[in-house]
Amino acid sequence: MIPVIEAEVVSKHDWMTTQEFTDVIAVASMSPGPIATNSAIFIGYNTAGLPGAIFSTIGSVLPSLIIILIIAMFFYKMHEHKLVKSAFYGLRPIITGLIIYAAISFAISNHVIGAISTHTFILFTIFSLSLFALIRLKMNPILVIFISGIAGIIFFS
Amino acid sequence: MNPNWKLILQIFMTFLKIGPITFGGGYAMIPMIEREVVTKKKWLENREVADIFAIAGSAPGAIAINSAVFIGYRIAKIRGAFAALFGVLLPTFLIVILLSITFIYVKANPIIEAAFEGIRPAVVALIAFAGYKIGLTALYDKATIVTAILTIVALFYLNIHPALIIIIGIITGIILVKVKNALGFTTKLEKDSNTKHKKKIFSLTNSRR
Repeated sequence: MIPVIEAEVVSKHDWMTTQEFTDVIAVASMSPGPIATNSAIFIGYNTAGLPGAIFSTIGSVLPSLIIILIIAMFFYKMHEHKLVKSAFYGLRPIITGLIIYAAISFAISNHVIGAISTHTFILFTIFSLSLFALIRLKMNPILVIFISGIAGIIFFS
Repeated sequence: MNPNWKLILQIFMTFLKIGPITFGGGYAMIPMIEREVVTKKKWLENREVADIFAIAGSAPGAIAINSAVFIGYRIAKIRGAFAALFGVLLPTFLIVILLSITFIYVKANPIIEAAFEGIRPAVVALIAFAGYKIGLTALYDKATIVTAILTIVALFYLNIHPALIIIIGIITGIILVKVKNALGFTTKLEKDSNTKHKKKIFSLTNSRR
């Protein structure tokens, strides 16, 4: 969902820069609730105040609300269906590609990958250690963000 | 028809309690929903809730919201669905608004700025981690690995809207399986041994049979 929001909010409507958008994701993942909904609320609020927040929440929830209601009403056992399973067979790797692409383009626009300099080196180190902490140490994402924030204060202020 | 407003209110209150627990993704709230909906309130059976999580996880949208809507609907139809939805959304909504306001005020502070400079690469890691996790369940044969690589390449060179990519994904999946069947290959539609949460759902389903 993050790449879709990015395509709309940053590329199409120009409501914010990629860097601001990364901050939104950071705040959204530190708050309780789904990241997609949180970033919708956050972006809505920053772009158009409380009405913006309310409408972006409705907008972000409505499609899944409708789909779930349809599933609940009509095809309760739909996920067992062969065609649905085949669809997911193709969908899952494409989503994987989408997310990896998002990670790469985020890395580029936030200078995690870029011209060799001490700054880039520090950012890349924070990235690598964070990824290691998430995958290997199974560290809580909120803790990872918190520690990286402290690292940022140490290195950049 | 006289809707049972007391029940609707109970659904709302239950999900209001569950809402703040959804820190960092909806999977954290699964045990909480189980406790509230199955053990305490006895609204649904365990097996039914396990099925709902499986569907909520594979349908588009956040699992927290999907399962709330689904469970609400199973308990008290449309009104239940909306009660659960508002219940699960309200705490999140208020907390994020509060954070947004704070964020706007502290953003210009040099220390906060430095902190966010450090947080940005961690967010990139978070996204890469999400890719890694879904990759574990999604990439398990040649066709899926090639599809993922082609997607990344296509996104770099073509300006395709991600929503369109998802539609392409669904069609690709159906065609791939059809073609492979026609060529006499069998396709495993899901990976056998799965990541943690899938296992959890699976054992949840099994232990109650």
